[in-house]
Amino acid sequence: MRIASPLALLGFAAAPLSAAWAAPEITVTVEIPQLSVAEYHRPYVAIWVERPDQSAAANLSVWYDVGMRNREGEKWLKDMRQWWRRTGRTLQMPIDGVTGATRAPGRHTVRFDARGPLSSLEPGQYNLVVEAAREVGGRELLRVPFQWPPSAPQNGSAQGSHELGAFTVQVTP
Amino acid sequence: MKLRLLQRVALAAMLVAPVAAHAHRSWLLPSATVLSGEDPWVTVDAARSNELFYFDHNAMALDGLTVTMPDGTAGEAANQARGRYRSTFDVRLTQPGTYRIGVTGDGLTARWTQDGQPRRFRGTREAFARDVPANAEGLRVFYTQPRVEFFVTRGAPTDRALQPQNEGLEMVPITHPNDLVAGEPARFRMVLDGRPAANLDVTVIPGGNRYRDQRGEMKIRTAEDGTFAVNWPGPGMFWLSASVRDANSGIPNVQRSASYVATLEVLP
Repeated sequence: MRIASPLALLGFAAAPLSAAWAAPEITVTVEIPQLSVAEYHRPYVAIWVERPDQSAAANLSVWYDVGMRNREGEKWLKDMRQWWRRTGRTLQMPIDGVTGATRAPGRHTVRFDARGPLSSLEPGQYNLVVEAAREVGGRELLRVPFQWPPSAPQNGSAQGSHELGAFTVQVTP
Repeated sequence: MKLRLLQRVALAAMLVAPVAAHAHRSWLLPSATVLSGEDPWVTVDAARSNELFYFDHNAMALDGLTVTMPDGTAGEAANQARGRYRSTFDVRLTQPGTYRIGVTGDGLTARWTQDGQPRRFRGTREAFARDVPANAEGLRVFYTQPRVEFFVTRGAPTDRALQPQNEGLEMVPITHPNDLVAGEPARFRMVLDGRPAANLDVTVIPGGNRYRDQRGEMKIRTAEDGTFAVNWPGPGMFWLSASVRDANSGIPNVQRSASYVATLEVLP
């Protein structure tokens, strides 16, 4: 942390140079709310990076029912409508390092460094998007804007109202 | 004078009778149009009704049902059944991509008077030649060329099944018909026998009109190149329809009535 601040002061020009040894990182916290409903299924959740025109730039996480027989869990992937339309429908599931099992209610923190899907991002303005869809439940989508690569630490957040709780995005150079 | 007017109205009614006979709306209603997973199926209702999309009049005959697979080959419709108000069938989406599923079938409709009684005929050209007397009194004949269809996509949308057959009235999508979203205008092109259908009135009606006081019908006229744009008032299932009356029936003195219907799903 001590090292990060002076680096940020060096500004944008130094960023590509510093990237080699102080790799930029995005930390995402997604809250899946505890719901009092008669029939509860853990939501399908997709986290991805979109460009200002809403086209998908990188897939970060997709949590769905990976354990079902005959890959039947893929049947409901399309219920994450925006994700499905922008990127999901062109993908072959599962995706190494991206797809995983659904998660229980609570706060889930996931960290993405510049070596993974973010490595292909051109410099520019993006949104970090999370979309949740729940069987016999609803759907919700949240967006937090960020700049990539980061020249200074960025913090953004959004608050869900039914399928998602707090959504925070920390981008560190 | 009044009687005369009534007679004229009655005569006019007779002239438009074949159109009136089609006043009920034909449609195919799929259980879904955007699907994911390895083994998705769609189940489809087929009916002719007044309200959209409710079964309130007749089941649609499935004789001319065709399934065009994403690779352009013909697919199969399983579990076909006919009920009182609707027919149903299922399609297993064995290939990834976009399917075009429709009911087509041309035929002749005739009305005439025999021994003072009104007579009606509906069938093929061959049956027409056999069953309708050539010199029938007051004979009026129409060649009908209907197409009723919808599109469904497993995975990513593809275009191959969307290619027109160049027969009768068809819609050629410019915006993919399984990529329709409320708030984004969609563009399509109407073609008649493969050529742009200019200045054609296209009707678009949102489903669910039992729970609305107004039909919410949109009338859109096609441009010279047959194109038109639809601004969806919101998400839902939409009924899109157009029809053309011309002399291209292939039979002297017989008019053609070519009609087109598509059920389109617009997602939120």
